[in-house]
Amino acid sequence: MNFLLSIAVAALFGVSTYLLLSRSLIRLLLGVVTLGNATNLLIFTAGRIISSNPPLVPPGEKVPLDTIANSLPQALILTAIVISFALFAYVLVLSYRAYQELGTDNADEIRLSESPVEPSMREGRP
Amino acid sequence: MNQIAPPLYLWLTVLPAVLPLMGGALCVALRRHCGLQRWLALIILFGELLLNIALLNLVEIDTVVSLTMGNWLPPFGISFTVDMLSAVLALTATTVGIICCLYALQDVDEGSTRFGFYPMLLVLIAGMNGAFLTGDIFNLYVWLEILLISSFGLMILGGAPLQLDGAVKYAFLNLIGTTIFLIATGLLYGALGTLNFADLIAKAQSYPEPRLLVVIALLYLTALVMKAAGFPLFFWLPASYHTPQFVVSALFAALLTKVGVYGIYRIFSTIFAGSDFGFLNTILVWIACLTMVLGACGALAQNRLRPMLGYVVISGIGYMLAGYALTTDAGRSAGIFYMLQSMLVMSGLYLLAGLIGGRHMVEGDASTALYASRPMLATCFLILAAATAGLPPFPAFWSKFALVRESLGLDLPWLAASLLLSGFLVTIALARSFAGLFWTTSGPAHDPSVARPTPAGSAALIPAFIVVLMIAGLGLFPDGFYRLSEQAASGLSDYRAYIAAVLGGVS
Repeated sequence: MNFLLSIAVAALFGVSTYLLLSRSLIRLLLGVVTLGNATNLLIFTAGRIISSNPPLVPPGEKVPLDTIANSLPQALILTAIVISFALFAYVLVLSYRAYQELGTDNADEIRLSESPVEPSMREGRP
Repeated sequence: MNQIAPPLYLWLTVLPAVLPLMGGALCVALRRHCGLQRWLALIILFGELLLNIALLNLVEIDTVVSLTMGNWLPPFGISFTVDMLSAVLALTATTVGIICCLYALQDVDEGSTRFGFYPMLLVLIAGMNGAFLTGDIFNLYVWLEILLISSFGLMILGGAPLQLDGAVKYAFLNLIGTTIFLIATGLLYGALGTLNFADLIAKAQSYPEPRLLVVIALLYLTALVMKAAGFPLFFWLPASYHTPQFVVSALFAALLTKVGVYGIYRIFSTIFAGSDFGFLNTILVWIACLTMVLGACGALAQNRLRPMLGYVVISGIGYMLAGYALTTDAGRSAGIFYMLQSMLVMSGLYLLAGLIGGRHMVEGDASTALYASRPMLATCFLILAAATAGLPPFPAFWSKFALVRESLGLDLPWLAASLLLSGFLVTIALARSFAGLFWTTSGPAHDPSVARPTPAGSAALIPAFIVVLMIAGLGLFPDGFYRLSEQAASGLSDYRAYIAAVLGGVS
């Protein structure tokens, strides 16, 4: 199980790296989603899958009777899912607005803020 | 032990993160009342300042204070652990927040207020305080995301095409940066099984497979250098920091990159401090050299004020990284002191850039030299420029002096040469911008990203004037704050007090 999950994590990271290296904003967005999911699966796998018993202590006992699932990675993933979902929603809207305003979704053409030929400090100097 | 409620004063460790979050929520609830929001935000920030000062006093006496949430025993619950480095950085961040809020009272228009400038400002301050004060590495990630989310919102206030363009780069690259941080944190948890800094220190030292930790260390290095805008991952900063409103630029330049630097100071001095990780310091020395020199070269190449200041910020990051990489207490305290004064100076310079940009928005007003018509503005700019360049008697001079002396003492001549060279280049760049902005009669054409006039009049100078006064005070009487930096640096090299404060007698 751990082995299969590791392969899946690696595949997802590969896909997201490929997508993030492209010029189109849509592909970048898909890359960000895949990256987030790959990370969540990585945390899940790194937290060890040892048992599927719920981490509950039966009434009257002080320690769980059997090996229990590690619940902390799931708490971490839950936090990470919420955060990455919010950030993804933001970049989705941002990309759409940028497409509306700039008329392109090609990252090579989004150069407005990096252009060196804006009105300069020295312009019009004697 | 877990039946005993912690003493009330320990609440000071979390209150600086909670208060502005609550204030931000309150401001959202009052979004129709723009006037009320402004004063509420200012009052909350002043309350925050009092909390930070109280916390600093507490840490000065007790060295480290820690509070673990939810009555879980320390390595399991989320701890807020405050040492001198955390407390003094949180105090400076809140001070910058107040200065920017004072400027925003005059500058931020009703539209931006309706779109939530003040809630986002407060949440940004909450994120900064949370990131500095937390003692849990996953919690640090969460605070990083909180301040990232509010910075995303602040960056596009106004919605001009230029801003959207800058925000696309800023958003994607920072999103990937924090995701790499999260990946490293997941792997670290898988390896060591804990997330509490105090617990990580001992577990990392006894971990049998240091090579895995080296991989994790390099992931953290990538993520944090990206956040801190160090070489070679700083290109998002000059592409985006000149696009938002001036007050937002000032906040970002003063605060955001410093969280990355703080992460390097904290994470690398706790988890990756062993002898297996000595090579990290060598890497950091080279990153620091290249960051400060290339940042200064970038500043020389720019002929617009705000993009130039972006490169000046980058070159300053080089000094802070150099301070850490020197590994001695004297070097690190110089780096920390540089970080503190740089937060104030950069916010002041960007606010002055706002005033300068605003003046030239008015048509036909550029017929007289700015130096003649606004002498106070010119003086403030000159003082802050000299403070950034690190000329005596300003505070950056003291830390640069200590950095050069330490790097020569440790036999790192290249680092000393880069420190001096970058200081020289930054001085030229700032002197040139002063001459170009204030002494020429036909001043700069207006900054295209400013859609409307920024405030004129002497009241608008007050926030920058406060910065000037603080910097002058800090430069002439540096011992008080320098002693705090020294205490912060000695906390980074000896974590016994930190571990004892968190784990107590349990360990």
